Amino acid sequence: MRPVLSVEQVYKYFGGVRANENISMQVEQGSIVGLIGPNGSGKTTLFNSIVGTHPIDKGSIKFENKEVSTLPIPVIAKLGLLRTFQQTRIYGKLNCIDNMRISAKPAKDNLFSVFSTIPVELSDKAENLLNFVGLYQKRKLRAGDLSFGQQKLLELAMALMNEPKMLLLDEPTAGINPTLINGIIDRLIKVNKEFGITLLVIEHNMRVIMSLAQKIFCLAHGELIAEGAPEKIKNDKRVINAYLGAQ
Amino acid sequence: MNQKIILYLCLLAFGIAAPFLFPAFKLQISIMWILVVLSLTWDVQGGQMGYNTFGNIMFFGLGMYICSSFQIGLFFPLAEWTASGGEKTFVHTPTQFFQGFFIGLILAAIIPAIVAAIIGYGILGLRGHYFAICTLGLGIAAGEFAGGIELVGAGQGMTSPPWPKGIGDTELRSEFFYYICFLLMVFTFLFLRWAYSTRFGLVLNAIRDNEDKAEAMGINTMRYKITGWVVSAFFVGMAGGLMGNMIGYIEPVETAFAGRTFGVFMVLMAILGGKGTLWGPVIGAIAFHIFKEGFWTFFLGWQYVALGALIVVVVIFFPEGIMGWLREKYPERFGEIIDEEDRKAQVELK
Repeated sequence: MRPVLSVEQVYKYFGGVRANENISMQVEQGSIVGLIGPNGSGKTTLFNSIVGTHPIDKGSIKFENKEVSTLPIPVIAKLGLLRTFQQTRIYGKLNCIDNMRISAKPAKDNLFSVFSTIPVELSDKAENLLNFVGLYQKRKLRAGDLSFGQQKLLELAMALMNEPKMLLLDEPTAGINPTLINGIIDRLIKVNKEFGITLLVIEHNMRVIMSLAQKIFCLAHGELIAEGAPEKIKNDKRVINAYLGAQ
Repeated sequence: MNQKIILYLCLLAFGIAAPFLFPAFKLQISIMWILVVLSLTWDVQGGQMGYNTFGNIMFFGLGMYICSSFQIGLFFPLAEWTASGGEKTFVHTPTQFFQGFFIGLILAAIIPAIVAAIIGYGILGLRGHYFAICTLGLGIAAGEFAGGIELVGAGQGMTSPPWPKGIGDTELRSEFFYYICFLLMVFTFLFLRWAYSTRFGLVLNAIRDNEDKAEAMGINTMRYKITGWVVSAFFVGMAGGLMGNMIGYIEPVETAFAGRTFGVFMVLMAILGGKGTLWGPVIGAIAFHIFKEGFWTFFLGWQYVALGALIVVVVIFFPEGIMGWLREKYPERFGEIIDEEDRKAQVELK
């Protein structure tokens, strides 16, 4: 299996804060990979580095063998590498359908397509995807009126609307009703299997990440401390120490 | 649908008949259409895109100067015209006048649009307050700048070409300008109505609601922001060119780069009507103009106090403007029909 995303020796400092130090990781095409670690361990910083929110200090990030660490955010997104946010970001005053319609990749994207009409078929696609995440009945509501958990689902649907090759999910189940969590795990596996989207998931809910991921990376204080299959991570002493404190 | 067409036709008929129905208010109604254009175009940034700009007045003044300068400069030496302060009588023949007028008007739209693209490229990367303050500075700077250029009359300003002799009286003049203003307003409205129905409109709204998200979804937001400003500058520039001709005299700070009056008015009108809606700025501009003229007539001396009080009332009781208030009250009239069952429905993933 070839890696679709490869992060090599990435460093990111914010002044004296060592957010990421010498992080190397590979995500294989078509896999589901987990990223765990205690709060403040640099998971979201790593996400931000990958999608181009801020420049990295050292190292290289390659997406499909293309160096992306120097590209601006929209360009990376257009390559098919999308992320969702920990604090949901949706277009609050637009209704769900419009949120979806604007998330689709336009057929043409140049100066002359600024005033292009939005194809009607997109509305059907949007409704199907909203149905997929269980939001069909909420489709006409303003996105800002949805609850936090519903917004998380909407954000996932918006990302799918864009048909990415790889999706970085920042805590997809945070704030979601426990009864829905199994549904989300099921959906994410479908996204991976049926849509063929590679997933890199930050998650604090161990039950979720253990049943979802094939491989897990664990960060602590900005460094990669362990990687491997869920079973291995579960029993890794360094991981347990990082989460619970050394005994 | 049919109802809508009838409404549009009625408004159109009113616009066409107005100079005959209210002959005494021709100039006032012309200015009202100009105000509608200003408020509609301000709303592209301030309402739809969420970028509060105080700089659109810059394009207004620019258009005003460019239009008149070309009208004069195409046929006479501009420097002599401005140096004489309107005393020296170069007289346009009717052909010269109309040729100059239309060429000037087109350039008054195109040049500000180009300026908007260049400046926009530089400053549309700023967000929120920073953008607002920057554009405020631009508007003021433009006025000071124009006040320093001898060719266009520097601080004392310049006159725009008078109505040519031998083709009718001042009545014809005000009717002519009335219809041009009305046409500009209709065209601006129709253009924006169409533009908002395309990807452009949705992207502007997306930028307003969450620009970071829009970027993260692969939208080149800068391209849309610049396009939006170019569109605004185009129509505002043309409105400026018209205004300069109508009032006949261009003064750099009071009429052209009039940040204190028109520059503030365009913001107030859009807010009064309801920002981020198509009809809001139109209704806002008309209501504002009526209030303003009323205050100037009945509360002379206290007009600005009355205007200030109006603004306070609007901000406190109608923060979303007239249209926003109506939308909250009658959402079904705005196509927001939401089934109560749907609203209450539990989200389930089976």
